[in-house]
Order: sequence, then structure tokens, then C-alpha cells
Amino acid sequence: MRPSRLHFHYNRLRRIVRTNVAITYTSGEQVEVYRFGWFATAVISVGAVFLQAFLPLRFPFFTIFDLPLLVVIGFATARRNPLAGLFTGSVIGILQDGLTHQPIGLYGIALTVVGFGASSLGIKLDVENAGARFLLTIFFYVVHEVVYFSIARGLIGMRMEWTWPHEILSCLANAVLGVFVFMLLDRLKQRT
Amino acid sequence: MESVLGRYRNLIVLVGVLFVQVLGLAVQVKRTTDNDSTRLIRIWAVGMVTPLEKVLVWTQTSTANIWHNYFYLRGVRAENRSLRAQIEQMRLEQVRMSQDADQARRLQALLGFKEQFISQTMAAQVIGGSGSDLSRLVYIDKGYSDGIRPDMAVITGDGIVGKVLRADRADRHVAQVLLINDQTSGVGAILDKTRLQGILRGTPAGEVVLEKVMSDETVPAEEQVLTSGGDGVFPKGLLIGKVSSVKQGSDLFLNIHIRPAADLSKLEEVLVVTKIDERQTEPDQKGSARAVDILAERLPTVPPKPESAVKDAGTGTAAPTATPKSLAPQASLPKTSLPNTSVPATSGPAASDAKPKPASGDPSVSSGAPVVRKTSGSGNSAVASSASPSTTSLKPKTAAAGADATKVSPKSVNAAVPAPLPLQPTAPDSPH
Repeated sequence: MRPSRLHFHYNRLRRIVRTNVAITYTSGEQVEVYRFGWFATAVISVGAVFLQAFLPLRFPFFTIFDLPLLVVIGFATARRNPLAGLFTGSVIGILQDGLTHQPIGLYGIALTVVGFGASSLGIKLDVENAGARFLLTIFFYVVHEVVYFSIARGLIGMRMEWTWPHEILSCLANAVLGVFVFMLLDRLKQRT
Repeated sequence: MESVLGRYRNLIVLVGVLFVQVLGLAVQVKRTTDNDSTRLIRIWAVGMVTPLEKVLVWTQTSTANIWHNYFYLRGVRAENRSLRAQIEQMRLEQVRMSQDADQARRLQALLGFKEQFISQTMAAQVIGGSGSDLSRLVYIDKGYSDGIRPDMAVITGDGIVGKVLRADRADRHVAQVLLINDQTSGVGAILDKTRLQGILRGTPAGEVVLEKVMSDETVPAEEQVLTSGGDGVFPKGLLIGKVSSVKQGSDLFLNIHIRPAADLSKLEEVLVVTKIDERQTEPDQKGSARAVDILAERLPTVPPKPESAVKDAGTGTAAPTATPKSLAPQASLPKTSLPNTSVPATSGPAASDAKPKPASGDPSVSSGAPVVRKTSGSGNSAVASSASPSTTSLKPKTAAAGADATKVSPKSVNAAVPAPLPLQPTAPDSPH
């Protein structure tokens, strides 16, 4: 085999390996994978649920935001680990459920799906820039609402009203806030 | 097999976690009355979040108090002056209202009403919420150890707020309050003027609607809505809010939207009704005379019975015809004052007072002539002297009636009131 031919095959093989490695969450070659300290994870998670429960009483407009959702998306896209994403989502969701008087699991299921989806998508997409984060938040907000709405109405039998103006406003507001929350999370994440 | 598990490991875990949560949901939905299965999770969640909220609220309140009580005192003197003037006006109003209340109490006593009143409340601070639009509840800084129990009413000075949903021994200093605009809440309500009753419910959008009012009824806008007392949580007569809009519902009922009197989105301090007393309404004999007594005073005096008739009455052999005919107009007095009410014969001692009594000596029999209460001024005189011969009880003690009549305000008896109403406020003069 001529050297040039060998070189061609070598390059091709290298490209294949790189491609395969790029879609795994353990790779640090194509996508950056980060981690958060356990203390930071706990404080941010509890803090998000706390602010979500506390701020709307002082500032009623804050009800359109969903801080726990943003934190779940932020953790999941930074870690790029589907298992970590779904477990983080389920824990934060159950914590959020614990403060309500609804059956526990409504937020838990919705945030589990979001955590898994965001981390899976984070492997394949570059979510480091603000525009991608904005769109990603919009997408997962809709996913969250659809899952929550379906479970609450289909499984629990709650009376629910889907109001488009509220959902659109809330979606955009969360997307804008999400950009800033992710920037804040960027400061706390550590490279693996 | 191993490779399949490894390849789809994430997906398998996802399905497993979702399955467990759906299963948990199904169990909770099935057990609608028993939430013990999730109690621990709720306690942990509340235990993690509420201490932070308490610290923040305490800091905020303390700072605000220091600022407002020690530094920002601009305009306090002028405000104090205007408030004092307002108090004077309200004292005058109070005198008038208390007379109306006395009259209402007398009429309620005639009907044997039992009234509920709030006898004890506890102030509590709102420290947090649920953080969800679909679960409208708040947390207060008083809990089981402070005497808070589930199903206690929670109010503000403006109107009702909700009821205590959960007060656990585990969270001794925190209680969960379900607001009236939550979709799972329900309050018995009555419209103030039209007296239509319905059920107050919250909507998913956080509004408050009055349900179960028939569509052929007329409900004016801005009419006040009060608690009806039928839910067993709120005492009757507390303000809920005002009618904001009335629409024709899709079914047989009206769609009445209510604007709550209390601002449910900005709750800071609330009162928990820790004790509701229920008592038989009794007219205040110390402070005022009964309208019936004063009317009786205007009637011609019944001559004393001959001794033989009294003896017959004492032995219980008197026929109903022994009842003096002059009792007839008096017997109708309570009924004419309340034409739309029916007085049950066994609805309590006050009701039996209103019923005509027979001339027989047996006080338990109530089927004939009326019994007029003595108005001697003592507290015990509220009990009608049904055992005494009716001829003597018909004659009220005019001295007491004359003294007490100054506080009676019914228009029908104004002619019998010799003295003007004591409207002079008794507030001591104080320098402004």
C-alpha cells in the first residue's frame, strides 16, 4: 500500500473515531463536559426552589418564572450526562412537589424528562452561546409544560387551562432569565 | 444481552425512574384521604426551605420596623390627629351599630338561633408559598406547637384568606394554608343582599368564582359576598369579597366571578381563627329592654284573675279557653315582626319563650298563650318565667323597662322611648 493511500485510510479512521467519541458524554475532545461540586449542586437546587416559593409573595410577577426548571436545564447541559441530568431533575422536581399540596411526582416526572432531554441534547449541540441557550430554554419549557399538563390532566384529573398568551409570555421570560442563570452557573462549573 | 443493556442503559434508567414516579402518583391518587405515604418527603421539603424563609422574613420585618418606628416618622402627628377624629366618628357609629346588633340579637333569640363568633385568633406571618400556579397555598410561621390545627379558618382584616391545610407535629412551627383561590378549595358563601347561597371555588387561573347559583337569579355587580357558615370552617358573616362580573354559565348555573376582599397575592400577615364559640343568642337584658316588653307596656293591663282560676291553672285543669283573650295581640307580636320565619316549638328555650304558653301550670307545655319576659335588669331574667301564672308575667316591670328603654332603637317602639339615645362619646379628651 502506498504511503499516500495509507495516510488516507488513517485519516478516515481517525475521523470515524473522532465522530464516535464526540457523541459520548465522557468525551472532552469535541464537547466540553463539566461538573459541579456537591455543595454547589445542593445549594443551587434548594436555592432555586426556595426563591421560587419565596419571591412570588413579594413580587407577584415572579410567578411567570420557573427557576427550578432553568437550573435543571443548566445542570444538564453543562454536565452532558443523561443519568445525572434525569436524577437531578427528579430530585429537584420532587422537592418542588413537596412544597405543594398536589400529589408528589408531577414536577418530578416533568423535570426528569427535561433533565434527560437537555443533557442528551447537550451532547450533540453546542450550548455555550447565549442564542443556543435561549432556544434550548424555549424548547424545554414547552416540553416541561406539555408533560406537566398531560400528567396533571390525564393521570391526576386536575382542572387545567392552557392559555396561550400566558404560556408564550412565560416561555419568553424564562428563556431570557435562563441566559443569565446559565451565565451564573458557568461561574460555578468545573472542567472535568 | 449485556450489550443491549449497556447500549440502552440511559433509556432504561429513564423509563425506570419515570415508572416509579408514575406508580407513586397512582398510589397517591388512589389514596385520596391518606397522604402518609408522602408525608416524609413533604416534611423534608418544607424543612429545607422554610428556615431560610423565616430568616429572610424576620430580617425584612425587623429592618422595616426599625425604619418605620424610629426613623421614618414624617407626618405621624397629622396622621395621629386624623385617626383620633376618625375614632370619634366611629364611636358614634358604634353606638348606632350596637343598638342594631342588640335588636338583631333579640330577634335571633326569639327564633332560637345559635350564633357563631370568633373568640380567639392568632396572628401569623406569611413566610412562603408553594412556588406553583396550580397549588395556591402559603406557609405561615405558626404551627402545631402554637395551637394551629387543620381546618382552622385564616383571615385578614379585609376578608377571609383560606384554611389551614396541614399542621404537622413534625413541622411544629410551620403550617400550610390553602387559599380560597386554589382550585381544590371550597367555601360556603352567601350574597349579602339577595341572600343567594353558593359554593366559592378557585379556578386554575387563580380566580374565585361562586358556583351553584341558578341562572334565573339576578345577581347585581359589586354585591358583597359573605361566608355562609355551611362549610364548618368559616363562621357565618365574614367578608369574602364583591361580585366583579356575572355571566351566563354553560349549564343551569350562573358564572359569578368574585373579587376577593383580601389581596391574596400579597399576603404578609394573617389571623388564624383558633377558637370559634357557638352559643344560643340571648338578648342583653342588662343593657336594653326588649321591644316586646315595651310594646306590652303600651297595652292595656290585664286585670288579675280570680283566685279560682289561678287554682285551676295551678292544678293543670284549666282549659285553653282560660287563656286571657287580651293575650292574643301580644302573642302575635313576635310573629308579625318576622313574618317570613317559622318558629319551631322545640328549638331551644328562647324559641319556647316566643311561643304562646297555655295557662296550665306545667311549664313544659307550650301551645297557647305568650310569656313575656321579666325585665328586672338581672342577668337571669333572660329566662322566661313560664312557670308563673301568665297574668302576672304579662305585666312588665315598668321601672326596669323605663330605665333600659333608653337604649332601644327599633322604629316601631320609638314612641315608647322616653329618653334620647345616649350618643355622646365617652372618650376622654386628649391633647392632639
